[in-house]
Amino acid sequence: MRIRFILTAVLAMVLLGLVAPLYAQETAPSVGSELIKWSIITGGFALAIAASVGAIAQGLGISAAAAAIARNPSAAGEIRGSLILGLVLIESLVIYVLLISLVLFFIQPFGG
Amino acid sequence: MEELHHELLIVHAVNDIFGPVVATLLSPLGYSFGPEETVIPDYLVMAALILVFVTSIGVLLRARLSVENPSKMQLVAEDLVTTLDNMLKEWVGPKGPRYLAIVGTMGVFILLGNLMGLVPGLMAPTSNINVTLGCALTVWVYYHIQGVREQGVGPYLKHFAVPPGAPSFIAPIMLPIEIISHLSRVLSLSLRLFGNVFGEELVIMILASIVPFLVPLPMMFLAIITGSLQAFIFVVLTMIYLGGAVATEHEQEQHDVVPVPA
Repeated sequence: MRIRFILTAVLAMVLLGLVAPLYAQETAPSVGSELIKWSIITGGFALAIAASVGAIAQGLGISAAAAAIARNPSAAGEIRGSLILGLVLIESLVIYVLLISLVLFFIQPFGG
Repeated sequence: MEELHHELLIVHAVNDIFGPVVATLLSPLGYSFGPEETVIPDYLVMAALILVFVTSIGVLLRARLSVENPSKMQLVAEDLVTTLDNMLKEWVGPKGPRYLAIVGTMGVFILLGNLMGLVPGLMAPTSNINVTLGCALTVWVYYHIQGVREQGVGPYLKHFAVPPGAPSFIAPIMLPIEIISHLSRVLSLSLRLFGNVFGEELVIMILASIVPFLVPLPMMFLAIITGSLQAFIFVVLTMIYLGGAVATEHEQEQHDVVPVPA
C-alpha cells in the first residue's frame, strides 16, 4: 500500500515535471557583435580563475585551522570564529568577480 | 534580466491597495507613474513585510514576558540577545552592549531577508542592491557618528591621519589610504551581501528552469547556510567597524592592534 503510494507520487511528480516546465523562458541569443562574444568568454574565464584561486586560498586557511584545532582543541571556538570570518572575506572577492561576470552576461555593457 | 522576474501576488495586492496613495504622495516630488506601472517595488514590500512580522512578534512576546515561566519564544529571544551581547563585548569592548540595538536590528533584518527568498510567493529583499546598499550606508554613517561622539571631532579625524603609536610625518601617506579603505567598506559590505543572495537565487532559478523538482533542493539547503552566514558576517563586520571607530587612543594602546578588514 505504502509502496504503491510512493510510486504514484513519484510518477505524478515526473509527469508534472514533464508537462509543466517551470519558468518557461524563451532563450533568445541575440546575434551580438564580436565584443559581446569576447566579453562573455572573459566573464566565464574570470569566474573560473577567481573560483579556483579562491578555493586554494580557502583550503590553505582551513588546513591551518584544522591543524591548530588538532594541536590545541581547547581553542577550537576562537579558531572557528576567525576561520569563518577569513573564509567569508576570501569568498567575498570571488563574489565580486561573480557580480562582474553577471554584469557581462546579463546587462552586456559592451554593446547589445 | 527581466525574464527572471515575475509579478508576486502579494506585491500585486499591496500595489492595488496602496499604489494610488503613494503615487499621489510622490507626484509633488516630480515622480509620475503610468496606469499599469508598479508604484511600490517588490523589495520595499518585502522589507515592510519583515517590519510587520518582527514588530508583531515583538509585541506578542512583550505581552507574555515572565521570569518564572518563560515561554519557548522568550528563551530563543533571550539567547539571541545574550549571544549578541557577548559578541559585542568581544569585538567592541566593555562598552559594546550599548550598540546592541543597531547591530541586532541589522542582524534580524538581514537574516530574515536572506531566508525569505526560500518561501514560495516571497522574494529576498536583500537580492536587490538598493536594500543592501541601504544597510551598508546605515552602518557606515552610524559608526562614524558614534566615533565622533565617543572621541570628539578632532581626535576622531586625527586617528585617520595618524594611527596611535605612529609618528606624525606619515600623515600624508596614511590619510588617502584610510579614506579609500573607509569608502571601500560600503562597497564591500553591500556587494558581498547582494552578490551572495542574488547569486544563490540565480543558481536556484537556473536549476529550477532545467529540472523543476528535487534538483534545486540541495541548492536551497546551501542557501539557508549562506544566508545565515552572510547575516552573521554582516553583524561581525559592523561590530569590528564600530570597535575601530569608538576605541579611544588609550584603549587602543592596551590591545594588540588587530588589522581591520575592508
